[in-house]
Amino acid sequence: MIDKKFIGLSLATELFEIEAGRLRFFAKATGETRPEYLDNEAAKAAGFRAIPAPPTFLFAAEMDSGALFRLLDEINVPIVRILHGEQRFEYHQIACAGDVLQVDTSITDIYSKKGGAMEFLVKQTSLCQLDGTPVLDARSVIVVRNPPEDRE
Amino acid sequence: MNQNNALDWAVGQELDPQTMPPITRTTLALFAGASGDHNPIHIDIDVAKAAGAPDVFAHGMLGMAYLARALTHWVPQQQLRELSVRFSAITQVGDTLRCKALVEDISGDGSNRCAQLNLTVTDKADEIKLTGHALVRVA
Repeated sequence: MIDKKFIGLSLATELFEIEAGRLRFFAKATGETRPEYLDNEAAKAAGFRAIPAPPTFLFAAEMDSGALFRLLDEINVPIVRILHGEQRFEYHQIACAGDVLQVDTSITDIYSKKGGAMEFLVKQTSLCQLDGTPVLDARSVIVVRNPPEDRE
Repeated sequence: MNQNNALDWAVGQELDPQTMPPITRTTLALFAGASGDHNPIHIDIDVAKAAGAPDVFAHGMLGMAYLARALTHWVPQQQLRELSVRFSAITQVGDTLRCKALVEDISGDGSNRCAQLNLTVTDKADEIKLTGHALVRVA
């Protein structure tokens, strides 16, 4: 079982640079072909400062830091046991290619269901520009599926 | 640019469903790299089998990324305020996802006029993979 002492834990602040090439790669991976998601000039013509980060792209900021995977390792949760349960994004500003964002993540809740067969890790992430302008608030629920021998 | 003008939406209206390309192993490999989610259960069949899964399966966030693609077809991204989903079933290799939206509510005045969309992502057999909500400005 995951120790509840990790509730409230703040992970180290990370910086995430939004590279145009990474946005094009994300577009390719998701089948996105509209020019405003691929090209700076087309993005500007569509009213963006530069190629915009699509609505779910910034989840990569949490992934790239490796903080979640390090935490899972620290609390002895094998990565193959996790599933994504819920995800929420609240948008304040559209981040674009060239932006560098500050990423702050904390664990806000840990609970279990079905006699420990499933545990839930809730994390909250805020992303903002370096001048403090809020960009995004994200909340994730990660589900951990425990085999019978690891239940309490 | 958009097939639907959000200003003309009415409560109860269904927006044009958006069908995504079939999910292949290549999709999962590309999405692992692009999204930064390198969990091997999505890209390495040996790891997936050792963990008790019959095959690799899609990242939940791939389905959400497709849903976001559909959303920005329905309404420009600048108008998106919130997007939330619950992942209800695993998406397998070979699945073709279809994104649907229902205008559930429209409220607020002036520049704060917003529509609440009820969202679902299903496979071809209509199994629900994701459900969710979006709040979009329709002023």
